This record gives sequence, structure tokens and C-alpha cells, in this order.
Amino acid sequence: MNYFLNEEQEMIRDLTRKIADEKIVPVRAELDEKEEFPREIMKVLAQSDLFGLFIPEEYGGLGKGSLELAIAIEELSRACLGVATSYSANALGFLPILLNGSEEQKKKYLPDIAAGKKLVAFALTEASAGSDAAGVQTTAVKEGNEYVLNGTKQWITNGGEAEINTVVAMTNKSKGTRGASMFVVEHGTKGFTYGKKENKLGIRASSTRELVFDNCRIPEENLISKEGMGFIIAMKTLDIARNGVGAQGVGVAQGALDASLDFAMERRQFGQAISSFQAIQHMLADMATQIEAARALVYAVARHIDAGEKEISKVSAMAKLFASDVAMKVTVDAVQIMGGSGYMKDYPVEKMMRDAKILQIYEGTNQIQRNVIGQALIKEGAKKK
Amino acid sequence: MKIVVCIKQVPDSADVKINPETNTLIREGVPSIINPFDMHAIEAGLQIRDKTGGDVAALTMGPPQAEGALREALSLGVNEAVLLSDRAFAGADTWATAYALAGAVKKLGADIILCGKQAIDGDTAQVGPEIAEFLDIPHVAYVRKIEEVKEGYIRVQRLMDEGYDIVESSLPVLLTVVKELNVPRMPSLKGKMAAKKAEIKKMNRDDIGIGEADLGLKGSPTQVKNIFAPEIKADRKMFEGSAEEQVKALVAEMRNIKCL
Repeated sequence: MNYFLNEEQEMIRDLTRKIADEKIVPVRAELDEKEEFPREIMKVLAQSDLFGLFIPEEYGGLGKGSLELAIAIEELSRACLGVATSYSANALGFLPILLNGSEEQKKKYLPDIAAGKKLVAFALTEASAGSDAAGVQTTAVKEGNEYVLNGTKQWITNGGEAEINTVVAMTNKSKGTRGASMFVVEHGTKGFTYGKKENKLGIRASSTRELVFDNCRIPEENLISKEGMGFIIAMKTLDIARNGVGAQGVGVAQGALDASLDFAMERRQFGQAISSFQAIQHMLADMATQIEAARALVYAVARHIDAGEKEISKVSAMAKLFASDVAMKVTVDAVQIMGGSGYMKDYPVEKMMRDAKILQIYEGTNQIQRNVIGQALIKEGAKKK
Repeated sequence: MKIVVCIKQVPDSADVKINPETNTLIREGVPSIINPFDMHAIEAGLQIRDKTGGDVAALTMGPPQAEGALREALSLGVNEAVLLSDRAFAGADTWATAYALAGAVKKLGADIILCGKQAIDGDTAQVGPEIAEFLDIPHVAYVRKIEEVKEGYIRVQRLMDEGYDIVESSLPVLLTVVKELNVPRMPSLKGKMAAKKAEIKKMNRDDIGIGEADLGLKGSPTQVKNIFAPEIKADRKMFEGSAEEQVKALVAEMRNIKCL
């Protein structure tokens, strides 16, 4: 379908697709099997300027928007969701600096991030703070001109690989969510170590680790915005990043459809290609229709965000919710179309099916997305009365 | 260090079609790419430049649409792109092509000239070494590793059937490279955006100062009569019996089909 992409957007899509086909597809099974972080691929993405897409030109980026980011994420996800997750989580990580950082912080961190020299991780989740983000136990206590961090962050994407971490910690527990603050913690800071590395069902090329803060002292200038702004910044960050999860869903679903369509046209049973059977055609038709609907929604939300609209929570939650459910359904159906072959590791769809599941879980479960959408609807309804 | 990389735009297809009337390639409708071996030459040029300083120029001889290949080279990071284009070049064989390219290289000046080992459409592997001959400079073909480059000196590994040779040369030198040499980089978005706007330097027959008699079809000793894939004959006959009997039967058969 024609999404009226401009020349630069097509250039971004073509280049990312070329990298995906030439550099990611040949190694994705091995990265998955070995649970290996794709450092070489990250270098290629850096060299191609893809880490600078969403960062303004004055900080060494390309100054593009959510749509360009979604296009790049979609193409990476078509090849390997593990790689795409590592790339997307980087954006999630730098958004707090980009959205609310001081001019000094932006100048200090964004150029290296745009150049792909430094990877970023976003650290909110803890053992007792998942869907209930207000359960954060990590504390930051101000001592002189430093903050002292104590606590453990869990399931942090890019954990251990990132040079820069944006970390939510409580500066005033009695204030609840209003007592949370956002900090930058750099790799190598004394008192900051990495804990358990997770062994995951899918997106195994991405790194998921604990971040452990034990009397970790950081300078006060590492506070982003003001004390108490931590949750507001985190929610603003997630509002933008969630559409990226939608783009991941579109990409992995498209990859699964492509693989199962190729297979269905080759595989012969009862003397004919299985693609000639209506049962298969109807599955393919549903998959393609759902993907197109998800893509249309993700691109529309991206344009909504890029247009500077204020209310983006609801629509980005919709894009994440819908596209991730499509990804799960389509990847399961792709395995079904390919039957025994689909279940084997010789073909990519079993991995895509394992990978897709995370999309319904991370950056807010799909149940939380429905909460976000539902609350927004009720707010809108109340305004009308 | 001044480096010139000679590149060729080729059709991106394994099944190249030939126009039976003119015996030339049908290029319409086939997407064009930079000859894959030339991608390794570009990468080598960029790596040498990044180590020693200087600049890299991509040079191609071709019709105006070959500009696409030059823009791609620019997006990879070459400093300058030169299109050698003139109606007088049409129909050039490897000799006339190399002669014209050598003329352009002479004008541009170069310490190192890099070429892919051959083009995937013509597969002759002649143009690189011919350019070196016309320039009267040394060349090393099938370079698989560049060990050292410094002012006036280069040491490389040349791929051989069994193993490799280490070859030292003075500069200027021409190298033709194999794919084992390096992994070509991906273009960058900034590079692609800049390449869109970059100026392509154009050179024609007058710029290189070569007479028409030495260019294009007129300057080409090769005249293509016909191009065809050799017919694969699967006919075979097995002879049995003692070696003596088999040889006798073979000789009789060869006489029979008039090849003895």
C-alpha cells in the first residue's frame, strides 16, 4: 500500500532493509541460539547513522521523527526482533534526556548516542514494580552535591551493554509517584554493577539484565529535570516509545507472512502447492489484512506524534496493543501454515513466534494498554458532559 | 595519498540477456548495481585513506546513467566522483576502455589505482591490468590483503591457486582486488543524503585528449561476432573390456565421428 513516504523515508527503509537482509538474516538463528548480543550489527547500524535518526541535527543526529524511527524499527524487526529490541530500547533510553534533559546533558550525551558510540538502557522495572510502576524501591538520597543510589533494577534491556543508563529512583518515598526522579548513570560508576542475565523465551539476541546500585554515587548534575519528575518523564518517554513497539509488531508479522507465503507456494501436498488450498489462502489473507491494518495505525500514530499533537498516550497505546496482538496471531499462524517445518529451527518462523510474545508484555502489558485507552476514553467522555 | 577506484555499473542479474542483433547487453529493465568486486575496491580505497590520509576518487566510464553508481560510491564515503562519458566511447572493448580510463587517471593523478578483479557482466578481468600497462606502472592482480602502505611503497598478498604471494611494489601501482580482501561497508544515511546533492565531475574525450581512432568501437581490436553459451552436450559413451580393447574402441569411435 502506498503510505506516501517521502524520498528520505524511502531511503531509510531501503537502507535498513538492506542491512537487515545482508547483515542480520544470515546470523539471526545463531544469535538466537547462542543468546548473543549483536555487537557487530550495532556497529553497522551506527556506521549507517541509524542511531541518529530521532536525535536533532544540533546534537549530531538526523532530526527525523517517529515515522522514520518506526520505518527503521519495522525493517529490523522483519529480520530479527532481538536486534530490533536492542535498537528500540536505545531510543527508549535516550528519550528522557532528549525530552527533559538540560542543554548541558543533551550536549554531553546525545552526540555519542547519535553516532552509535554509546548505547543506552532505560531502567524503570524492579522486582516489585512492573505494571505497577509506583512500586519502585530503588532510592536516591542527596548527600552534598551527589546522589547516592541503592536498589536493583530488573529485566533491563541493553543492561550490561549500555554505556548510559536512564534510571528511575525514589527521592521521596512518602510522595508516591511524585517522589520519583530520573537519573543518568554511566557504565563504570563506582557502586554500579550488573546482576542476573536473563535466559529468555525469545528476543534472545537482546541483553536483559539486572542493574545493581550499592551506594552508587553520582553527581547531582545527573538528575534529569527536577526531583519528583521521574514518573512524568517515564510516562512521556513510554508514550512515544510504545508506537515503536507497534512498529516491531508490524515488522515481525511481515517477516512471518513473507516466510510462510514463500513456503506455501513451494510446498506440495496432494499433488499441488499448498497455497492453492483455500484453507491456506484464507489464513494468508487474514494475516496480510491484519498486518496492513496494524501498519496503517502505527504510521498514522507516528504522524500524529510528529505533528506535535499533545494527546498521544491513547493512540500510541492503541498502536502497541493492536500491532502486538497482530504479531502474536500472525506468527502463530505462520508456524501453522508451515506445519512441521514451521516448528523446526531450520525455518525462521518458530523464532518469530517466540520473539513476538514479548510485544504483548513489555513497555506495558497489553492489559495496561487497555487501561490507558480506557482511562483516556472516560476522561474524554467526562469532558463532553 | 591520492587513490582512484575504477568502478563499473553492471546489471543486477545473473541471467544477463544479449541483444542478438547487436551482440550487446540488454540493460533496459534490469536494475543496476556497482560491480560487486568493485565494492571491495572502494572499501580498500576508503580504508587506505582513513589510515594514510588523502582522498579517494571513484571513476567510471559509461553512459550518463552510470552516475547512479557514482552516487552510491559517494554515499559510501569517496571524496570525489568522476564520470567519463562521451559518445565516442561507445562500443569500446577492454583495450579501448582501459585506454580511455588510463587517460582519465593520468589527468586525475593517482598513487594507488584500485579495480575489482573483474566485472560480473563481461568477466574478462582485463581492464585493470590493461590500465596499468597503458600508464606504464606496475600492477598486482587478485590482491587479498594489503599488508602495508606508505609513501612510495606498498606490500600486498596476491591470491594464488594454492596459497598466496607477498608482493612489494613502488607507487604508483594498480591493484585488482578479490572479495576476500574486506567486507564492504554499508552506506550511511548522511552519506546518501549528501550524495544526492553532490556534484559529479564530468570528463569527455577532449578532457583526456585521446583521438577518436583510439576510442570506442574504432579503437577496439575485438569485434564481437556472436555471443552464446556453449552448448552442453551430455552424450557420452562408455567402453568396456581390457584397456587395450577400450582404446581400440575409442579410436574407432573417434574416426567414426571424424575427430581423428
